[in-house]
Amino acid sequence: MKNKMTIKFDSVSQNECFARNVIASFILPLNPSVSDLSDVKTAVSEAVTNSIVHGYPDCVGEVTMTAEICDRDLHIIITDSGIGIDDVDKALEPFFTTKPDDERSGMGFTIIKTFMDEVKVVSKVNSGTKIEMIKTISKQAV
Amino acid sequence: MDITCKAEKSKIYIYFIGELDEYSSSGVKFTVDSIIDKTATGQSVFFDFSQTTFMDSTGIGVLLGRYKKLKKLGIKGYVYNPSFQVDKILQISGIYDVMPKYKRG
Repeated sequence: MKNKMTIKFDSVSQNECFARNVIASFILPLNPSVSDLSDVKTAVSEAVTNSIVHGYPDCVGEVTMTAEICDRDLHIIITDSGIGIDDVDKALEPFFTTKPDDERSGMGFTIIKTFMDEVKVVSKVNSGTKIEMIKTISKQAV
Repeated sequence: MDITCKAEKSKIYIYFIGELDEYSSSGVKFTVDSIIDKTATGQSVFFDFSQTTFMDSTGIGVLLGRYKKLKKLGIKGYVYNPSFQVDKILQISGIYDVMPKYKRG
């Protein structure tokens, strides 16, 4: 099976739920296992929340989610044109957060890395962040 | 997300019903804190996640914040009946070291 889609939405918090439900609907024809479905939804929620909270801290910008299915391989790209990440390696460390007073766990990227097979983060200060994630979706046990 | 609670002797149960993410987190923190403030005489608080249909890392932050609050009050906190998806996230976070997991039965 081959399929692809792109959505663009405002960086407002209620779109975190919107984005993870879109990706869930998109992969549903693959008949994914409950575990894979929840992993993908969570990873998308984390990536989109990063763009909304950290990419655009003081303004509303645009977040784009592109997803492609090739056989059972799912490829997701989430991009924003926000403030970018100064030190990507540091941001990927567990428990690292730039907003500790906000009760943020700093576990977003760790969860993405745990739940997806491959993750790549490219960021440029004042120009934006791109998160690429790949996962092979296993079939639901019959 | 809806928050409900039940007090039973010295135990307080707080139920997280629905989806806990960044969008719902500020309301959740406010409601849970006011429940804790009103019922702070209890010995232990059980955070019930059996009806939580979705949670991301925002939930870890919310729980860590409540843990700190309970610790100041000398109250013990527990994660009660986490759903499959919630359990997966909380296991990665290591929060069970400070807030042990309890299952019904």
